[in-house]
This record gives sequence, C-alpha cells and structure tokens, in this order.
Amino acid sequence: MKGCALKLLAAAAGLLAAGAGRSETLMTSLSSDHIAITSNFTGADLALFGAVERDPASGPRAINYDVVVTVRGPRGAVTVREKKRIGPFWINADQRKYIAIPSFIEVLANRPLDEIASASLRAELHFGAEMLVPAQAAKDRLVDEAEPDFRVALIRLRTRQHLFREVVPGVQFFDPKLFRAVVHVPGIVPLGPYDVDVALLADGALLARSTQRFIVTKSGVEATLAAAARERPILYGLSTASLAVLIGWLATVIFRRD
Amino acid sequence: MQVYLPIAELPVDMLVILCMGAAVGFISGMFGVGGGFLMTPLLIFVGIPPAIAVATEAAQIAASSMTGSIAYWRRKALDVKLGCVLLAGGLLGTVLGVLFFNAMRRIGQLETVITLSYVMLLGGLGALMLVESLRAVVLASTGQRRAFRKGGKHGWYEHLPWKMHFHRSKLYISIIPILALASFIGFAGAVLGIGGGFILVPALIYVFRVPTAVVVGTSLFQILFTMIAATMLHATTNHSVDIVLAVLLIVGGVFGAQFGARAGANLRGEYFRLLLAVLVFGVGLRFAVDLFTRPPDVYGATETETFR
Repeated sequence: MKGCALKLLAAAAGLLAAGAGRSETLMTSLSSDHIAITSNFTGADLALFGAVERDPASGPRAINYDVVVTVRGPRGAVTVREKKRIGPFWINADQRKYIAIPSFIEVLANRPLDEIASASLRAELHFGAEMLVPAQAAKDRLVDEAEPDFRVALIRLRTRQHLFREVVPGVQFFDPKLFRAVVHVPGIVPLGPYDVDVALLADGALLARSTQRFIVTKSGVEATLAAAARERPILYGLSTASLAVLIGWLATVIFRRD
Repeated sequence: MQVYLPIAELPVDMLVILCMGAAVGFISGMFGVGGGFLMTPLLIFVGIPPAIAVATEAAQIAASSMTGSIAYWRRKALDVKLGCVLLAGGLLGTVLGVLFFNAMRRIGQLETVITLSYVMLLGGLGALMLVESLRAVVLASTGQRRAFRKGGKHGWYEHLPWKMHFHRSKLYISIIPILALASFIGFAGAVLGIGGGFILVPALIYVFRVPTAVVVGTSLFQILFTMIAATMLHATTNHSVDIVLAVLLIVGGVFGAQFGARAGANLRGEYFRLLLAVLVFGVGLRFAVDLFTRPPDVYGATETETFR
C-alpha cells in the first residue's frame, strides 16, 4: 500500500516537472448557461468570473497574468462571393466556400492580443477572429492567390454585422488573481450552443485553460410559433392566411363611412 | 420598440415596420397594386432575409387586397368572372413559382434571381408605362382624346378559341392569353414576393383594353386568392412565413390602404397611370443601380447551412 502511494506521488511529481510552470489552476464561472429569446429580446449580457489559484509549493512568482476569452457560436458553412464588372453589369463572378465557420466570435482580453502572445502562439491557440477562420484549401490549383482576400472580406463583413468582435480591454482584473469579463450577445445572434474558452497566460506562455458553455434558444411564444411553423406547417399557414384576410376584412368594417 | 421575429430570428423596430406597412399600404390602396414590389425590397433593405421577406409579404398582400376587393366590390367596380379566369391561371403559376423559388434557394442563387428579375420586370415595364402615360398626359392637356379602342383592329390573340363574354369589362375574347398572363404573374409573384398588380393592371388596360374603372378591383380580387395560396405554399414547403412580421405589416398596411383608396378615387386616369409608371420605374432603377454600379463592398457572405 505504501509503495503504491509513493509511486503515485512520484508520478504526480513527474507530471509537474513535465508541465513546467503548470502550477496555476484556472477556475471560471458564467452567470448563466442559457439565453432565452423572448419577444422583446434585443441581446443579452453574460458575466464571466475567473480566479487563478497558484500552487504554493511551486514557490512565489510575481506574475502579471493575461486572460483571453473566446466565445464561439454554432458553426456553419459560408459562401463568400466577389462581384466583378462583366460588361455593364456588376455580378457575382467568383466565390469561395468556407465550412465550419463560427457564426459568432467574441474575443475579450485584458490587453492587445499581440502583446499577450506571439503570432505563432496566437495561431496555435486560435486567438482572434483571423485564427478562427481557417484558410480554404485550394482545390483545382496549387496556390490560390485570391483566397486570402475572401477570408479577409468574410471577417470584415461579419465584424460590420457585429457578429465578430474583439474587445480590448474586455477582461478586468480586480485583484491580481481575480478577473471578470462581460460576454455581449447581440439580438441578431444565431441560435444554438456557444463555447466560451478562457485561456490564462503569463509572459507569453499558456498556463491554464478552462471551458464554459451556454445555449441560445427561443422561449415562450417565440418558441411555440417557430415550432408550429416547422411541425404543423399547414395549420400555421392557414392561421396566417386567415389572420391576414380577417384583419383585411375588419379594416373595411372599421373604416366604412356609411 | 423592439420585437423579436420568431422565424426571421432577429429583432426589429416595431414602429419602423408599422410605418413601412402604412406607407406601402397607402400606395397599394391608391393604385390597386398589392405593394409587394415596394415592400419586399424594403424588407430586404432593413435586414430581413430575402426568403422570409418574400414568403411573409404574400400574407400581407392577401390582407391588403382583401380590404381593397371589398371596397371595389361595394362600388361595383369588380369583374368577378374575369377575376376567376385570372385566378385559375394565377394558381397554376404560383405552384410553379414556389417550386422554382425552393430550387433556387437550394442552389444559393435566390438573391441574384430576385435582383435580376426586379430590374428586368420593373425597369422594362416601368419604362413602357412611363412613355405611354406621358403621351396620354400630353394628349389630354392639348385637348385631344385618343380613341380608347380602335374599331376593326384586333390583335392575333383575339382569334384564339375558348372565347368568353365579360360583360362588366365590355370584353369578348379568348381566355387563353388571359390564362397565360395570369400564370406568368402567379409565377413572378411567388418568386419575387409581389402580388403582380403592377403587371396585371397595365396589361389589362393596354393589352386587353379593359376599362380602367374595373381593372383595379378585378386585379385585387385575383391577387387576394393567389396570395392566400402563395402563403400556404410557402408555409408548407419552406417554412419562411413569419407570422409576427406579417401581422405588423398588415396592421400598418390596412390603415394606409384606407387613405390611399380615397386619394386614388379623386385621381384622373392619365395622372393615375403616370404616377404608377414613375413608381414602378423608380423601384426598377433602384435595383439597376445595384446591378450597374460598383457596390460599396464587392464581397458578400451568405450562410448556407448551420450545424446546431
């Protein structure tokens, strides 16, 4: 028994040695794991709290921690089209299809991302919208020179719709080891599951990660109507059409002059 | 005041939608057009996905044409027989149109089809109407009166079989060209989210020489039933009808339409046609701008599927 415990201790020590600097534990909590869309929904805020716990055995270290929070919405396929002048017309001439692109990206950090981590680490950890929209592999050619333009355009379009955002400073430390961030979900947000990835860094190196989830769903009347439209389309269509005709008829009764 | 649309899945300003409904309703009541050719582009402009704008607009047109039909029915300015023939063609066209709409949506070309069709339909038709009505206005102002129907001259389509009498419209013609026209309008209506009144009204006036007085009522009668069918078909095949958006548009629209109908009754024929022509041509021009000038951003992104 004693031997066994010693073995375990040794193994744990070995792990600690291997993950040098992995003496921090990150704990996070999200104010809610569910956003319910009701008739007056115009967006919602979720508060994220985090605490860093440092193993006292690994000795004191004066550290300024960095935190990067990445919120990702349900993924989807997006076609980006480029309009070109063909004769007198401006029409869609070229396109690239991107699969598995998050429909919503929000990146919150306590200071600019390029100060927190090097470009290679940012790419590895998928920090920032650019890193979350992977390049599309060239299909029929070796090098697709036009592709980066499409990717940049996609990020620009989504940023303009407020579906991709970077907020710096979006993470506030109110104690060297305690921080807070506000996740803002806009009204046009897509429905589905959202991942909240919290990364703790110091001196340009990753120390710990923590993941939270929340889900955006319709509720109340909105959910009932949406379900009716999908599951009872005939009844839904009939009700809409009858309602239309009824209001149309009512108007003539109300406005009748004689 | 913001309200969340359950099918479009986005919040909209309730007042903006109500005002849009009222403004378009006014025009709709005035000219006897459903107003869809104005409303659908407006909805797309405020950010409603095109598929939902087109499908929901069908319900709104049904409501406004119900109001209009009753008003014209009371004035006895409605040819039910002609309306029923138009309706038969319209229903056939609507079914084909919804099938085409769903096919285009599947291959991701719906928006291109909608823009291009608007330019061709509204631009071409608007220009024709503009030339004709300007000529009529000039003739009227110089005191001349054009013969409304030239005696002895008949178009080729008048020699076709299945002739029918339409007493109220003072017409005796084959129903084949009327059915063809109606099915084309039904098709365009389902694809573009328009009632087709702005095509039907001038076609009945210029091609079939139906008296202007009965044209508007008859057109509204036909549109009413085609749009009820379009609402049902969109709801059952692509689930894009947003009932909350529809009710907002309808409530705004019925109020506007009442005042529009009264304004229209006091308008002289030539000016009536000129105004309608300017309106149709203007919307066509707006779409042409999209087609012929460099867009602010040459790139556009469309979500084709979502994994939930």
